[in-house]
Amino acid sequence: MAVPRLWRHIPTRYNLIGTECQTCGGLYFPPRTTCPTCRRDGRIIERKFKGTGEVVTYTTIYSASAAFHRQTPYVLAIVKLDEGPLLTGQIVCDPDEAKIGMKVRPVFRKLGEDGPSGIIYYGTKFAPLTEASQ
Amino acid sequence: MRDVAIIGIGCTNFGEMWERSFRDLFFEAGLNALEDAGAKGEDVDALYVGNMSAGKFIDQEHIGALIADYAGLAGSLHVPSTRVEAACASGGLALREGVLAVASGLHDVVIAAGVEKMTDVETGVTIDALASAADREWEGFMGATFPGLYAMIARLHMHRYGTTREQLAMVAVKNHHNATMNSKAQYEREITIEDVMNSPLIADPLRVYDCSPITDGAAAVVLAPVELARKLNNTPIYVRASAQASDTITLHDRRDITTLDATVYAAQRAYKMADISPKDIDVAEVHDCFTIAEICAIEDLGFVQKGNGGPATEEGMTALDGDIPINPSGGLKACGHPVGATGIKQAVEIVQQLRGEAGGRQVSGAKIGLAHNVGGTGGTAVVHVLSVNR
Repeated sequence: MAVPRLWRHIPTRYNLIGTECQTCGGLYFPPRTTCPTCRRDGRIIERKFKGTGEVVTYTTIYSASAAFHRQTPYVLAIVKLDEGPLLTGQIVCDPDEAKIGMKVRPVFRKLGEDGPSGIIYYGTKFAPLTEASQ
Repeated sequence: MRDVAIIGIGCTNFGEMWERSFRDLFFEAGLNALEDAGAKGEDVDALYVGNMSAGKFIDQEHIGALIADYAGLAGSLHVPSTRVEAACASGGLALREGVLAVASGLHDVVIAAGVEKMTDVETGVTIDALASAADREWEGFMGATFPGLYAMIARLHMHRYGTTREQLAMVAVKNHHNATMNSKAQYEREITIEDVMNSPLIADPLRVYDCSPITDGAAAVVLAPVELARKLNNTPIYVRASAQASDTITLHDRRDITTLDATVYAAQRAYKMADISPKDIDVAEVHDCFTIAEICAIEDLGFVQKGNGGPATEEGMTALDGDIPINPSGGLKACGHPVGATGIKQAVEIVQQLRGEAGGRQVSGAKIGLAHNVGGTGGTAVVHVLSVNR
């Protein structure tokens, strides 16, 4: 991925900053410039999400593209944030540990890299929310 | 709007065609379709070609001009040629663009084709190219693969509706069986439920035999307004409906992760346009890029209730002799899935079924058929209804 493509989304990727429509109250992650419900009547502002949520569905990836090949097998999930929006991200856990309905919290992790001498991508993954981590 | 008919069909063998190039594949399908229609190059008013990713697969863009050139329609005839892209629905969309062009009255004889050459790059590059059908920034960048996204649909479908792992396998077993009667298919051989269950995991719960393969191939149809069709061809097949719908590109933003609303809306629009209901369909080619995709498709097209796709498959409802035979060609799973060509191949299969020319896989007495083509995980869906009668 080209450096500017990564760089321009750093606040969003690192801190889960999305958007809120003040007209309908809709919450969006990633950020949107237009509310898909209100369209031109929408009033969009920034909104930071806590990052805690619940696993809606998941898979364990065994066959990945070159950029993720070394990480296999890894758990990928759709997470419903406590505030409502859903997003796709990795769960840092053993494949046997993943469950639908599992509570998760955000963790800052390396996502990938552009080969041995390229830039390293960071962003948000999720980890099981245990009593110890609360 | 004018009524439109398909007057010619052509399709290459599907498979790993090391000796054939992108342009060879397209030319064979297009020529066969024109010959079948009894038409000549001079008759062709326009070309529409579905192609997902020639830029990644063969480092070539400007596909419209390339195929017009190699079809002999550019240098002297200067026929307009347009590439259409909607990931794996590129073929279905090319057919729709061709239908719209003829229906509008702007063009008379139009070739709608699809072509993909996927085996000129190594598998990792192919996986990455296919992942570009999903949202690169918010799915692919997080480690999502294309099978991974469908695996998450499967997991939730199983959790919510009790769909079993074996029922998923039965889709692959049925489609492989149908492909044994299709000489164009990539895999003309039977598989068993055990073969599927013992194949390597790709994205849990989906295994290798739940996934459509990497395929080279091309297909083409010739379209004409009905009056002209009757002059040129004894058995025109009528396009009774052409419908399309969009949805969010990301799976996680859908209203329901186990429903492809794009399919639901495209189907509703198609049934309304053709003035029919799902029970009037005699045979259907649906987008089974993964086994779970066929189960969702038969639900979202209205053939069975939501959640009943697994049991319906297990009970044989979708077999060649079932209530609603699904994917007689072998589907994407066993006939093969050259992504840009698939939507056209589906129409070719339905035309063969409606002409009664499908040989051992013929659905007896088929009069109305449906072709269902999906882009990505459901960001685009295209549904065509074809019929023996106008």
